[in-house]
Amino acid sequence: MSQASAQIRKISGHPGPTPGANVEPVYTVCKLIDTTTCIGCKACEVACLEWNGYPFRETVFDNSYQTMPETAWNYWNLIKFNEVERADGSVSLLMRKDQCMHCAEPGCLAACPADGAIVQYSNGIVDFQQDHCIGCGYCVSGCPFNIPKFNPETKKMFKCTLCVDRVTEGLEPACIKSCPTGCLHFGTKDDMKDLAESRAQQLREHYGFANAGVYDPAGVGGTGVIYVLHDVTNPEEYGGLPRDPHIPWVVRLWKGPAKWIGNLAMLGGIIGVTLHYLRFGPKQVKADVEQKGEQP
Amino acid sequence: MVTSDGRILRYTLGERVHHWMAGLSYLYCLVTGLAFWSPYLFWMAIIVGGGATARFWHPWFGLAFAVAVLWMYKIWRSDMLITDADRAWWKVSQNYIRNEDENLPPIGRFNYGQKIFFWLMLYGAILLLLSGFALWFVESISWSLRWLRYLAVAVHVAVALATIGGFIIHVYMGTAMVRGGFTSIIRGEVSTAWAKTHHRLWYEQVTKKTSGQK
Repeated sequence: MSQASAQIRKISGHPGPTPGANVEPVYTVCKLIDTTTCIGCKACEVACLEWNGYPFRETVFDNSYQTMPETAWNYWNLIKFNEVERADGSVSLLMRKDQCMHCAEPGCLAACPADGAIVQYSNGIVDFQQDHCIGCGYCVSGCPFNIPKFNPETKKMFKCTLCVDRVTEGLEPACIKSCPTGCLHFGTKDDMKDLAESRAQQLREHYGFANAGVYDPAGVGGTGVIYVLHDVTNPEEYGGLPRDPHIPWVVRLWKGPAKWIGNLAMLGGIIGVTLHYLRFGPKQVKADVEQKGEQP
Repeated sequence: MVTSDGRILRYTLGERVHHWMAGLSYLYCLVTGLAFWSPYLFWMAIIVGGGATARFWHPWFGLAFAVAVLWMYKIWRSDMLITDADRAWWKVSQNYIRNEDENLPPIGRFNYGQKIFFWLMLYGAILLLLSGFALWFVESISWSLRWLRYLAVAVHVAVALATIGGFIIHVYMGTAMVRGGFTSIIRGEVSTAWAKTHHRLWYEQVTKKTSGQK
């Protein structure tokens, strides 16, 4: 297990090939969050803080059970509470555990300019390496889920690691361990997909949730965290889960074609002025003008 | 304006200070900016103290650059306005590129190319400053206004590339192509022949002023 996750598939800001680029992953790990059985107890929030060694931080009250408006650099796991009024006048209290989604195609990693500051292991975990992080915040612009957060004291970025230190040792992430209802599951991506699909089918066939389904967005190549939602056609209701997340097109343009167009343009400019000098040389100040210039 | 040994003051000490404040701060932002631009150029950040150090200073040097350029705008604005003489010169500027300067109409203190470069850097500095603030304090931009983050990235990159184009030409012309230009921005003086060859209208203007004062 430790060998599989130690292999690195993708490295941010890295010139040349990635060491583990050709490694065939044994499996991809995945966290399944069944929002239909979450009771909003926040045991996962506490377990996350405990395992990662952060003290409980100040909360922000905003007329709901939610601990704070969004995740923070030292608060990686946050249950988002949303009251949604249905057409028949009833109210649903939707709860979704928010954290890094561990995208197969991570926007943070694509945007990062620092060599090795963000890596993706062959088991799919996306991890920040703070000793290589330069604190530029480009990952903030690259992420479609609003996850990377800046620590102003150390000037480094932080986010959920999917407990890579636990997973590497064959343990499940701390949040999974703490869940009292069993709404959190951890395993291989294939197993979690099967489990999620069967639960969604159950919700559709036996519980009257006609739109129940699995959230595993294809726009970012699928995610290492998947959800079962009562209504998969309205992910925004669950604390702003994006309907069709993808790496922002500006970031893709910037890190793709713009790079090569820009590099060619800069190189072309340098070659251009060199050729000009070889062909035409420097401008001469005319000697006769010099003499005439001395007249009173 | 004309000194006893026949040289003309082209740039005052204040103008030279502004120029080099802008030039050196731009150079720092260029080196560190290129490091953030491409993994293949990240070594540039290493030579100025590492990525985190480069990231820390880049916005401060950018601020210094913007201040210097805005200061230049204050002192050079009137000299940089594009005149009819410049337009006439621009129409036949291929002679300038081919070093056939005898076929060019006379021009004032700055030629059309220098003026274009000045305005490019002025508007460039303003756009880089505004987009730079968004990148500097990216987390202060709320999630609902995240389009501003993307706009800032696009503007910062596009404008930086445009100024790099101008910068390459400016350095080439100021050092290799127009001899005497580099000395003038360091020591401030040019020969009367240089002034007559490159900026005849300016030469006539300053010599008239000098004789008028006598």
